[in-house]
Amino acid sequence: MTLLLAGLVAAICAYQAASFGEVAFFRPENLSNVAQRVGILGIYAIGAGITIICGGIDLSIGSIIGFVGVVMAMTVGAFGMNPWLVALGCVILCAGLGFWHGFLIGRFNLQPFVVTLCTLLLLRGLARGLSGGISQKLDGFSTLGNGSFLHVPIPFWILIAIALIVGFFMNFTIYGRYLYAIGRNAEAARYSGVRVNRVRTGAYVTCAVLSGIAGVVSISYTGEVQPASAGLMFEMWAIAAAVLGGCSLRGGEGSVLGIIIGAALIKVMYNGINLIGISTEWEWAVIGVVILGGVVADAAYRRRAAGKAKE
Amino acid sequence: MKAITKRFPGVVALDRVDLELYEGEILGLIGENGAGKSTLMRILGGDYPPDGGTISISGEPVRIRDVRHAISLGISVIYQELNLAGNLDIASNIFLGREPRRGPFGIVDRRRLYSRAKELADRVGISSPPTTLVQELSPGEQQLVEVAKALSMDARILVLDEPTSSLSLAEVRKLFEVMRSLQKQNVSMIYISHRLAEVQEICDRVVVLRDGLRAGALERAGGPGLDREEMVRMMVGREISRFFPGHGERGESEILLSVRRFRPSGGKADISFDLHAGEVLGVAGLVGSGRTELVRSLFGIEPPEHGEITVMGKTSHVRGASDAIRLGMGFVPEDRQRLGVILEMAVAENISLPSIGTYRPPFLDRKRELRDAARMVEALDIKTPSLAQQVQFLSGGNQQKVALGKWLALDPRILILDEPTRGIDVGSKSEIYKLVRKLADRGVGVIMVSSELEEIIGLADRVLVMHEGRCAGILDSDQISEQNIMLLATGAGGPTT
Repeated sequence: MTLLLAGLVAAICAYQAASFGEVAFFRPENLSNVAQRVGILGIYAIGAGITIICGGIDLSIGSIIGFVGVVMAMTVGAFGMNPWLVALGCVILCAGLGFWHGFLIGRFNLQPFVVTLCTLLLLRGLARGLSGGISQKLDGFSTLGNGSFLHVPIPFWILIAIALIVGFFMNFTIYGRYLYAIGRNAEAARYSGVRVNRVRTGAYVTCAVLSGIAGVVSISYTGEVQPASAGLMFEMWAIAAAVLGGCSLRGGEGSVLGIIIGAALIKVMYNGINLIGISTEWEWAVIGVVILGGVVADAAYRRRAAGKAKE
Repeated sequence: MKAITKRFPGVVALDRVDLELYEGEILGLIGENGAGKSTLMRILGGDYPPDGGTISISGEPVRIRDVRHAISLGISVIYQELNLAGNLDIASNIFLGREPRRGPFGIVDRRRLYSRAKELADRVGISSPPTTLVQELSPGEQQLVEVAKALSMDARILVLDEPTSSLSLAEVRKLFEVMRSLQKQNVSMIYISHRLAEVQEICDRVVVLRDGLRAGALERAGGPGLDREEMVRMMVGREISRFFPGHGERGESEILLSVRRFRPSGGKADISFDLHAGEVLGVAGLVGSGRTELVRSLFGIEPPEHGEITVMGKTSHVRGASDAIRLGMGFVPEDRQRLGVILEMAVAENISLPSIGTYRPPFLDRKRELRDAARMVEALDIKTPSLAQQVQFLSGGNQQKVALGKWLALDPRILILDEPTRGIDVGSKSEIYKLVRKLADRGVGVIMVSSELEEIIGLADRVLVMHEGRCAGILDSDQISEQNIMLLATGAGGPTT
């Protein structure tokens, strides 16, 4: 996958060098722009990745981002509340939502797909209902999304911080190991004494919290939120990034670094399509084909690796 | 059927077995697990061809090619696991794939479908209308749907493999009534069962298989009749091989686990027993007698209905496997590949899964993990190219050693083994027996569930025998014999010394 990313960047550069005689991709403002977007996508893609690794899925990401945006804009804009406090409140609310998902999935043995699909619908409806469907503005809270530190956009720093924390959990604590075990075979993990429901709930809490953080960064970045479209389809981009980054929807596979590379791939592709001059209407078609190609190549590679391990 | 022989890689499942079935007869076919009953019936039903011998129907020799051919010859086999589509109704199940059709497009003739289904349902005594979904029927009625399906194919020979194992008493009565009325219509039946009382009641004649051989036959009308003790004697009656490491010397040792008025999840009766340090307690019983349910509840996988267990003097409620582990218990489940190990994970990761939480939580101590895993691989002689090898690429015996090793790494006081040698080769079997004995000698209390009587007798110091969800009795070392275990397990009577 890293190879694919490098290849993609190289292809974009080569094309540009050939046709325009200069490489727009490496212009500082372009790089910073890409990093900013990779940062936001990366944050919630890690969330999605964790639920996928433990054998589940979370479809509510996009709606959480939209909902958080609406709540932030409305409370801060209309009542003049402190945006940082509201942001904190939103993230805590998201944690509660994650607990709720984990509870329903563990206690009632519901399918994660269905549970989070309902949240997707519920929160989108709430966002539109509460705002009356009218676009909401949030002024004076743009640093988080648009500022930069040491010439690197703040969203990217946030991504790095989150990746380090989550990566540490996944690799250096027993919970990471439990998560992979549950993703591979939840019943066998239970027979080995793993508290499956608790660990799995942790994954959904993490995903919801990261979505909430992404929502805060997102509204700060745009400064305005369209209740009907903010965050729409974001869960699909998150899943695509996770899968591109090596997560298997069968569970038990994937890594934080892989997910970030997957997120980078998607945003670089977007950027490349723009730079090359393909009209934006074609974006999805191009990305769809590239993702499919990447996944097929990955499957073929694994098949060969598995064949070798057998010998 | 004459001189039927069937070999599988490594074993002779059937060795020149003769079986004769007369018109309008109900023939009982009995034998221990693995005696060859099911193999014989699968050959008759066309599931696989025999390696030798001939089958004749009404005096005509036939070669049964496949299931379809067997059906066209009037042979229908109803297996223990019913072959019904629960989401379809009775009529559709009876005629599945053979629905009456009409018109040029082969549209299903629903009127004929339901009227013919009604006829058949009446014949076997199904009271529900043919439009009822099969999943809404009781197990007994589902069984009758299978019988109706067989009749719809004009079966003259009907094989029923353990038909009563999931039926209530009333449903068994109903099935027997149906069988008797079919008998009057000259249908011949082969009835396979472990429940000797039922065999005694319904069958005209009984053929006993043992280790792939015909051990003998009994007739209602001649000799001792259908005597249960005689049946048991014919089913067992073989030498136990010197394959086992022998028994322990159990003096007055400490009680590790004491189970009182304990009712496993879904169980029918309370069970009480003690487990001493250094003993192997065998748990015997027929398939479906509640052995697995008992140990699963003990380990907290399914919480028990009620009852308490006392581990080393402390009464505890085990609400999950993690509680049981904290009390010093380990559990190697029956289904190794699905529950015992995680196939796609490394040997080391599998071995350490129950113990990583005890190292240095919440951190993962990889060094200690690898050290522990290496220790287990060596102690159990697990054949693997590396600790990082995925368990799925190991042989069955080595997979089972991994499933054992993950508990031994924790130094358990109580180890529960459910069918620890199922499906593994003879060499690994004997290694596991030695290991179990060694553990017991070190003071571990072992509970071993097994369907192989040989293994129970060869290894266990005491045997708890289950029968239909109840503890039928606990045999002390001087009472352990195949005959006594089978008497208790089949509900035929108490032990004789």
